[in-house]
Amino acid sequence: MLQKKDVAPDFTLHATPDQKISLSEFKGRNVILAFYPADWSPVCSDQMALYNEMLKYFKQYDAEIMGISVDSKWCHLAFSQSRNLHFPLLADFEPKGEVAKKYGAYNEAEGECNRVLFVINKEGIIEWSYQSPIAINPGADGILEALESLIKK
Amino acid sequence: MLLKPAVDNHDHVQGNTTADLIIVEFGDYQCPHCGAAHPIIKEMMNKFGSQTKFVFRNFPLTEIHPLARPAALAAEAAALQNRFWEMHDAIFEHQPFLAENLLLQLAGKLQLNIDQFRKDIHQSALAAKVDGDFESGMRSGVNGTPSFFVNGKKFDGGAGDLFELLQSSTE
Repeated sequence: MLQKKDVAPDFTLHATPDQKISLSEFKGRNVILAFYPADWSPVCSDQMALYNEMLKYFKQYDAEIMGISVDSKWCHLAFSQSRNLHFPLLADFEPKGEVAKKYGAYNEAEGECNRVLFVINKEGIIEWSYQSPIAINPGADGILEALESLIKK
Repeated sequence: MLLKPAVDNHDHVQGNTTADLIIVEFGDYQCPHCGAAHPIIKEMMNKFGSQTKFVFRNFPLTEIHPLARPAALAAEAAALQNRFWEMHDAIFEHQPFLAENLLLQLAGKLQLNIDQFRKDIHQSALAAKVDGDFESGMRSGVNGTPSFFVNGKKFDGGAGDLFELLQSSTE
């Protein structure tokens, strides 16, 4: 798994069926990447629902959050609509898990992403990473502490 | 994970306010798990209230529970008329029927000053209280509702586990 001070590998993934997002577009802003196993499973839904409520707090730190799983863009669309999510879910779908593998966040046995968080600074360098046990929603306190340490620099 | 900030005089407290055992719940009035936890907490406080200080902080997930925040504001508005816990209980007891209109009806049943209540639910100070509770939860590692803290530390379990903990620790 990539760690603090590693360069965050760039990627381009579908955020909606007709829109792609590249990490490099976010140079100059802080980015939170939340790899998670799957849309619809209960823990993930709670985790994404939780982050959905915190967008204004992330914005205070000039940070954008994105979820990433191996689910397809259409699956993400349905999930996002059902949970009323206001941030992008990226489809690491083809080649499956390619981005997760680059970040060391892929679980080969399950064919899913692990539950891993990255906070990436404005220069595209990883500031903080954390892998949570699959069944445990990591909450947001770690993300906020990492964002706070960025501000203090 | 630690509770940040610690319990202070902005919090709604029931039970024994000077007890050494302090339990904090982060809850959402529209969350079915919180609804299910409510009677267990009531029973727990009936039994152990003399040894327990119990605090409720709001953690509304407004995008999946659009009535959670209006309900939180209604409880806070009731608090201004010193009826926080009565409103808190009434909302959970009527959770399946939660609606903006129901909140007014409950305020009526509790014989609150309705004109005042209607004004108060729009007060920015109440919105700030609810936001402050939410932010406290976010910083304390709340990852869903209900989440409990026992003496400032995150408790890894639900209301039933909490009840058992109290039962075994007071035996």
